[in-house]
Amino acid sequence: MLEIRNLHASIEAKEILRGIDLKVNVGEVHAIMGPNGSGKSTLANVLAGRPEYQVTAGEVIYEGKDLLAMAPEIRAREGVFLAFQYPVELPGVNNTTFLRAALNEAHKHRNQPEVSAGAFLAMLKKKIQLVEMPDTLLNRAVNEGFSGGEKKRNEILQMAVLEPRLAILDETDSGLDIDALRIVAGGVNKLRSKDNAIIVVTHYQRLLNYIVPDFVHVLYNGKIVKSGDKELALELEERGYDWAKDEEVAAR
Amino acid sequence: MSETSKIREWYLSLFKDFENRLNGERSKPLHKIRRSAIDRFAELDFPNLHQEEWRFTDISPILEHSFSYAARRDDKAPSAKDVSRFMFGGMRSHTIVFVNGFYSAALSKCLQLPGNLAIGSLAEAMKTDDGQISGHISKQLDLGTDAFTALNTAFTLDGAYINVPDGAVVEDPVHILFISTGDEKLISQPRNLVITGDNSQVRFIEHYASLRTGVYFTNSVTEIEVGRNSMVDAVKVQSESAEAYHVASTVSSIGADGNYESHAVSNGARIYRHNIDVRLNGEGGNTTLEGLYLTLGEQLSDTHSLIDHAAPHCTSGEHYKGILDGKSRAVFNGKIMVRKGAQKTNSYQENRNIILSSEAKVDTKPQLEIFADDVKCSHGATVGQLSGESMFYLRSRGIGEEQAKLILIYAFASDVLKNIREDAVRSELEYVLSTRFLKGM
Repeated sequence: MLEIRNLHASIEAKEILRGIDLKVNVGEVHAIMGPNGSGKSTLANVLAGRPEYQVTAGEVIYEGKDLLAMAPEIRAREGVFLAFQYPVELPGVNNTTFLRAALNEAHKHRNQPEVSAGAFLAMLKKKIQLVEMPDTLLNRAVNEGFSGGEKKRNEILQMAVLEPRLAILDETDSGLDIDALRIVAGGVNKLRSKDNAIIVVTHYQRLLNYIVPDFVHVLYNGKIVKSGDKELALELEERGYDWAKDEEVAAR
Repeated sequence: MSETSKIREWYLSLFKDFENRLNGERSKPLHKIRRSAIDRFAELDFPNLHQEEWRFTDISPILEHSFSYAARRDDKAPSAKDVSRFMFGGMRSHTIVFVNGFYSAALSKCLQLPGNLAIGSLAEAMKTDDGQISGHISKQLDLGTDAFTALNTAFTLDGAYINVPDGAVVEDPVHILFISTGDEKLISQPRNLVITGDNSQVRFIEHYASLRTGVYFTNSVTEIEVGRNSMVDAVKVQSESAEAYHVASTVSSIGADGNYESHAVSNGARIYRHNIDVRLNGEGGNTTLEGLYLTLGEQLSDTHSLIDHAAPHCTSGEHYKGILDGKSRAVFNGKIMVRKGAQKTNSYQENRNIILSSEAKVDTKPQLEIFADDVKCSHGATVGQLSGESMFYLRSRGIGEEQAKLILIYAFASDVLKNIREDAVRSELEYVLSTRFLKGM
């Protein structure tokens, strides 16, 4: 579904990603772990098309297409979803209207009929149960005045509505208390299926107790230095990122 | 002779013609006011960039034209069909229409009213006036403020006249439509008078629009008296031709426990200057001034407001927003005066601007003059671009760049538009917003 080959990316002329190779198949959950500044969020944002980042080398093939050639909105309509580390507040933009506009853009792109306001509301009522979100938040402006946990739940609600083929969760667990973490992870697990793939970017192993990955990759200094199964996350938790880094140095 | 004195001579001669055509009207009390205004005008300089209140607004293009009045009886007068597009769809209202500044009985339509309530043309009402109405003209106005106000006063003839007596409530809004035909070099100088007694209520929409594009000049003055415990809700829609000039003063005084709300939305005129002065004269009064200005091309929009707290326990809120494109300019000057003795004043002011191009420019300035010691006053101003962060967030959800821009502009404007009570007016303005920013998509 996704193949990243030798991806290099920079921001403000500073190279952050220094040759990433990663293959994600449909039905898989991949965790990308790494210390602060290793390039985890950069990778997530480059895949979603954030304009501030420049791709300087490499390619990303998504469903047989050149992902990097697509504008961010086209990527979204093609089924790529980024759950933001810091969801953006949009004062004056109604949450429900926003979600419906987003879904209908995807429908138009796929030549599917638009969803009526009534049908959409009925669907939304079901989806919010996934993230145990009070429906009062639906009539508010997007993320405005939401608590940290509510913002992250709102991201997962968007994911539930848009039903992406490839979801990238950028530190969705950071800053969450354990109750909020369980809710968010529970929502993601219910959305996990054999027809989609999920990349979970995280600093902490804790999240992976709830969203159990098929593969774990350690990112260090803009490169994947180690890959393994879920055991690798536990080993990292025990031995720290320095261990993985040292292994990489030793392997050179 | 300099350009400005030449144009002053032009208006003085125009006044002579005007006066000659007044006939019997000249013996009425109103004419004394006109005379003193023209004398004042003759002494005043037109505003220029050296004056503090005008230093960002160059009005000299207005002085390059010798504007004159339209003939009162015009064969090209618009039909009801011509003006139907300026009616707010589905809105039940009293409608008073002026064409090039003159009342059109044919196009106006008032709903049934109790006999003691007046909604209509000032000129018509003046026919039977022996001082009750003219006593209100220029009552709150300082004719020395600027030449435009003096000029309008000298030519006081027609405009909207609303008089709501004690205890009366006008249920339906009053739509005052000023249509310019757009024909070259015409001037219109509407003079509007709104008087409310105690415990009364009225909502009106002062609406300026043009049939065709053209260089013309609207110089208007609106005087509003809000009685004790009364409520006046005023919407101003300025959609003049983009080549036209529009200078306006809105002057209000608010009695004790009175409430005056103003919502000013503008997207027209090459040069637009709006002076809005509100005086809180009695305890417990409240005013809310909101505005949205949209500019593009070479347009200039200038709002100068003065909120004068002259009594204790009054509140005022001011919230103006601007969206600028092209090489346009906007000026916002918000002065709040809290007089000695106006204790427990609570006042806030906010001016926010979004600039969509690299060449547009905003000058925004709060001005607080506080002579009381137990008051709460706050102010804030921002000038910025659409947030890149917000744009990416919307795009990452599949919303295209242009649509995302429109959503953010809508959102920015919405908190000013949402307080406009008339649904039909609000949706028309939202439509204006969408057509303006969907262009070029």
